[in-house]
Amino acid sequence: MSSSFLLLALIAVLYTAGVYLLLDRSLTRVLLGVLVLGNATNLLVISAGGPFGAAALVGRAPESAMSDALVQALVLTAIVITLGVAAFLLSIIHRTWTLDQEDDLTVDTEDRSVRRRLARDEQIDEDEFDTTGCEQTSDTDDEHAGGAARTGAAGAQA
Amino acid sequence: MNPARTLVESLLPLPVLLPLLGAGAALVLAGRPRVQRWLSVGVLTAVVAIAAILVAGSAEQPQVLTVGSWPAPIGITLVADQLSTIMLLTSMTVTLLVLLYAIGQGTSDDDSRTPVSIFHPTYLVLAAGVANAFLSGDLFNLYVGFEVLLMASYVLLTLGGTRSRVRAGLTYVVVNVVSSLVFLAGIALVYAAVGTLNLAQISERMAAVDPGTQLAIHLVLLTAFGIKAAVFPLSAWLPDSYPTAAAPVTAVFAGLLTKVGVYSIIRTQTLLFPDDPVAEGILMVAALATMVIGALGAIAQDDVKRVLSFTLVSHIGYMIFGVALATPAGVGAAIFYVVHHITVQATLFCVAGLVERVGGSTSTTRLAGLAAASPLLAVLYFVPAINLGGIPPLSGFVGKLGLVEAGVQDGSVLAWFLVGGAVLTSLLTLYAMAKVWVLAFWRPRDQLPVEHPEDVEFNDLDHEDGRYPVMIGAGRAANGGESYSGAFLGAAGAVSEEQRQPVALPRTMTAATGALVAVGLALTLVAGPLYTLTDRAAADLTSRTPYVTAVFGQAVDERVTR
Repeated sequence: MSSSFLLLALIAVLYTAGVYLLLDRSLTRVLLGVLVLGNATNLLVISAGGPFGAAALVGRAPESAMSDALVQALVLTAIVITLGVAAFLLSIIHRTWTLDQEDDLTVDTEDRSVRRRLARDEQIDEDEFDTTGCEQTSDTDDEHAGGAARTGAAGAQA
Repeated sequence: MNPARTLVESLLPLPVLLPLLGAGAALVLAGRPRVQRWLSVGVLTAVVAIAAILVAGSAEQPQVLTVGSWPAPIGITLVADQLSTIMLLTSMTVTLLVLLYAIGQGTSDDDSRTPVSIFHPTYLVLAAGVANAFLSGDLFNLYVGFEVLLMASYVLLTLGGTRSRVRAGLTYVVVNVVSSLVFLAGIALVYAAVGTLNLAQISERMAAVDPGTQLAIHLVLLTAFGIKAAVFPLSAWLPDSYPTAAAPVTAVFAGLLTKVGVYSIIRTQTLLFPDDPVAEGILMVAALATMVIGALGAIAQDDVKRVLSFTLVSHIGYMIFGVALATPAGVGAAIFYVVHHITVQATLFCVAGLVERVGGSTSTTRLAGLAAASPLLAVLYFVPAINLGGIPPLSGFVGKLGLVEAGVQDGSVLAWFLVGGAVLTSLLTLYAMAKVWVLAFWRPRDQLPVEHPEDVEFNDLDHEDGRYPVMIGAGRAANGGESYSGAFLGAAGAVSEEQRQPVALPRTMTAATGALVAVGLALTLVAGPLYTLTDRAAADLTSRTPYVTAVFGQAVDERVTR
């Protein structure tokens, strides 16, 4: 099997960019990352089919000069699947937006409760008699306002 | 060709086709919930029956169907060997019972939050994807099966579109999309190396490939399947995303999705890369870490659903342990363990759903006195819990014993470590299960700790947030007059004498859970024959020839008849 170096370089660049975007907190960028990674993988599949050649139509070119049609079929399937997943991701992101007016990934609920508990335990260690723990109730109001979940977590951490 | 064989062959595509067609019909029938329910139950019952016939039909040799009569390496093949059929029968049985549970709970009924009744169609698509993954004789078709079931799982996990589910769904979707892309990259590498995607043909040609390249391809595929199966360093997504979903959805996910990953690992390990000491070593270490870290995570949790999610991760380690040994005894025990674990884990998540219904919460800090409130629920929890913990004579014990035996036979230092880890994990699991039992079921109600005001608000916010709205809202609709007076029994506050009376459990849900418990017990009763079956499956897998000859033998037949 031989493949174009340019294609390989392109795949490498796309993978790098895709992973970078995927690790971002902004959900739109995560979606873009998924799309870029998907395209990188599709190119990888194409390059697995060997050198480029004529369209795989019987009679148009000698068989030895044709490019591999199987990888093209595979990529077609993969593109459809990526499109479906992208549409679903987009709808989830839209849903997050309608709920929170926010494009960023919020801190996980369980993480918040763990952090809350940790903060409280430290408080108790410092002052054994002060266990009322009512000093941070303000963050509840924040959460009622919606979209300020992280403010609440930050408040608990403080 | 004898008629019995052709009959079995013609049944082969049905486990994939029937649920898909059923899903289409269910979507059309969205306006008529009753018909829709009967349709889904009917379709899945038929699939279970077909799976049972396939188990019998593949006993002698693997059954192969070339789709569209294109001979083996060109067309797509469906292969039903003993491993696939055993997995198919177990998973479809659990799928059917969980569907009955879901109908009882009313997840499927349309309420204000799910305007279109999409539960049934999606659930059937999930079943079709799982069946396609198990029966596929082609690496790319396996990928398609994965995508079909994942797409359905995305929808099921975010059903209702509430804040917490959307948040959990995002993690789940992104992690699984990445694992699928890694899988697709692995497929590209396989194709570049051997020029085919037919599993049987890959196994013939892979031996000629340079060992370094083989290892690289192998590790890419293992990473992809490892994410799906939640093997340790790649398992962090699971306990975060599963507990937020509706109870039946979590139950079916726990039973099936990770096991499809385990199935793929077994398949690649035995068929494609049979002698790869490096990968086997990596798998052994991963298995040890998965078992112990998962079990420790389970102990640290105070929410029943999260405890169960961690035990789910932990016990994936047992299966990987068996596969990594790469001996017939090890693989046989692993297959037995998969069958046991699919059933038990799904049962426990169904029980967690019932606990939530009766106690109003799944947090052990808010639950108490459930054994007095509902003795039946206590029994339903206790039996699968000790089964998971590995108390003899239940099937969990038999599976673990088989794995330990296989490990001792292997005799290497790493294998001994794993044997120790397996025993330790079994104890830790038992501890985690016993902790839930003592706190939620045995502790008298008046010993409930006074909650920290912050946590009360926090937990109540979760409910207001609509963490379980579909279930609570629909529970009313499904049970008609049967109100959920028992709900919130466990919530903090004064408890009147009246509420101490046994609580009536929702009938259909309880019956479905009871049936799952019964299946778990039946596995214990038939453990002997089942073990013979899985051992034979493992022998076939490790010798590899039956699979390959079945695929190509028939292809030769067809060329002659033409």
